[in-house]
Amino acid sequence: MSFLDLKNITKIYPNGTKAVHETSLSIDEGEFMVFVGPSGCGKSTLLRMVAGLEEITEGEITLDGNLINEVDPSERDIAMVFQNYALYPHMNVYNNLAYGLKNRGIDKQAIEQKVNDAAKLLQISDYLQRKPSMLSGGQRQRVAMGRAIVRNPKIFLFDEPLSNLDAKLRIQMRLEIKKLQQKVGVTSIFVTHDQTEAMTLADKLAVINNGVIEQLSTPIEIYNNPKSLFVAGFIGSPQMNFMEGELKNKTLSAEGFEIKNVKSDYNGEVTLGIRPEHLSQSDNGLINLTVDLVEQLGSDNLVYGQLKDKKDFCYRCPGNLTIKKGSKLSLNIDNDNYFIFDKSSGKRVN
Amino acid sequence: MTRLFTSSFSHIILFIGISIMVVPVWMIFASSTHTSSFIYSHGLQFFIGDSFHENYLRVLLYQGGFFKEITALKMFFNSFIMATGVALLSVFTSLMAAYALVYYRTKYATFLFWLIFVTILVPLELRIFPTYSVMAKLNLVNSYFGLIVPISASAIATLFFRQFYRTVPDELLESAKLDGANTWRFFIDFLVPLSKTMIIAMFIFMFVFGYNQYLWPLLVTSSEQYWTVVMGLKMMSGSIVHRFAFVMMSMVPPVLIIIILQKHFIKGVFQDK
Ligand SMILES: Nc1ncnc2c1ncn2[C@@H]1O[C@H](COP(=O)(O)OP(=O)(O)OP(=O)(O)O)[C@@H](O)[C@H]1O
Ligand SMILES: [Mg+2]
Repeated sequence: MSFLDLKNITKIYPNGTKAVHETSLSIDEGEFMVFVGPSGCGKSTLLRMVAGLEEITEGEITLDGNLINEVDPSERDIAMVFQNYALYPHMNVYNNLAYGLKNRGIDKQAIEQKVNDAAKLLQISDYLQRKPSMLSGGQRQRVAMGRAIVRNPKIFLFDEPLSNLDAKLRIQMRLEIKKLQQKVGVTSIFVTHDQTEAMTLADKLAVINNGVIEQLSTPIEIYNNPKSLFVAGFIGSPQMNFMEGELKNKTLSAEGFEIKNVKSDYNGEVTLGIRPEHLSQSDNGLINLTVDLVEQLGSDNLVYGQLKDKKDFCYRCPGNLTIKKGSKLSLNIDNDNYFIFDKSSGKRVN
Repeated sequence: MTRLFTSSFSHIILFIGISIMVVPVWMIFASSTHTSSFIYSHGLQFFIGDSFHENYLRVLLYQGGFFKEITALKMFFNSFIMATGVALLSVFTSLMAAYALVYYRTKYATFLFWLIFVTILVPLELRIFPTYSVMAKLNLVNSYFGLIVPISASAIATLFFRQFYRTVPDELLESAKLDGANTWRFFIDFLVPLSKTMIIAMFIFMFVFGYNQYLWPLLVTSSEQYWTVVMGLKMMSGSIVHRFAFVMMSMVPPVLIIIILQKHFIKGVFQDK
């Protein structure tokens, strides 16, 4: 049995919205789990059920061997960092960190020790006497983290904690959260809709869509081996290119080209997916692209253009290649790095 | 040039306004420091006389009423007890009522709230006889309890606290819960300190409300021992300067409360935001 176990969890809100469908998942001790998915897919709902802030309609959650379905959030020994931090506005930073400890009846000196340690770890020692309103966004974020760390809980929950920060600070805090989690070693669940955040933070990644976990694995496995059209489209930036086609007797025919000896016995209408980074230029390539726009990122160029049938297409090439607007490129797929999905169900078939 | 003109113009307006409010009060005060024969012969005075001590001491200690059982000092004491009692009790009950209405999400919370709200339309004066008969049956006529309790349920204060609680973000409650706070602790550690300024404002408001009561104390007290200041204004006999002195003194407690608490009130507003 793992540290945290969700068994067939379903959540139906009183107004009838079915936010989570029969979801099962388990998290090992010390693991960093990330829930990623589009807005409204039920990530927060799932997280809040773990925290005890939302009632569980059906299913069981066990933490450290104990069934916690009916345990009050105040007794679950779980800490959560909210999107807007939810710092206590009338308490200074010290008391924000100390409040949870006071409620557990820990004596004053031990509290002081713990708060000071946490403050040092997060570099907020200088602000301990300030009220939250006198802190910058990044500092508030650290205080929120500190409030979670100081209690040394069984699990950390994060609900999109970085989305209120500017781009640069996000990347910095992302790194710090990862480092901190490795240092403290606490089991964590992190919710985000940003796939880069998800890829960089996760030990394990759960891609959620419409209240169902579509795929649960390591980030790299999900990137290399997406199980469904949705996962393939959601993970990876820029997004995977998709084309309609037909698979018959191991031959895939799409608009303007054919791929032979496909490793699949499926016959029927399919969607072909190719990542922009899995292409290279060659004479007589499969795919002919008319360039509309080139984004130069320095290390890479993102080339946007259109195929014969006017479909948008993206190609990522090394930054040292010069590609002009309006030019025609001929591209080949690297090492059979393409994905084929059943068009109607979205399931991977190769 | 026009700027100077408009600013001095508005100052003149303000000055006139303030004068209209302050001058009568000042004249009552100035007149209350003369002897009554002087006032009778010379009319209201603008300058202070030399009978301040004599007049005010006599008013404070004079045994008034039909049975000569009550002094102004005792009336001040009664009024203070009543006003403080009303203020404390109504702030306390409204805080609790609003907490229940906002955080215990029963189906009927909105209905209950409107039921409380409707009581604004039924002031004490309308239901004064039933209220009196309840008090009489409970044997609470002529007691501080009887003076205070029937006017201490404030729908307005409940409304204010409820509206405030509804602006407190849910995450705060959730965060506090995860930090191990139960419902009671959340109330004490969060809602009370967060609504400190509102509590003080409501306290002032209800203190003045309690202090200004006239009809209810008149009805529920037959013993002179329980007379309040506002009743005394009507009941006290004596010469005109003594009445003036009494009027002046009757203004002191509410003004004092406002002055003392105003400081905290403003402090709270600027610190917490
Ligand atoms: N209290 C509620 N009552 C009814 N429906 C709700 C409630 N909270 C959320 N929902 C619905 O449940 C679904 C999942 O919501 P949830 O908040 O879990 O989404 P999310 O994945 O966290 O999205 P986001 O990335 O925008 O935060 C949504 O369709 C939402 O409308
Ligand atoms: Mg959410």
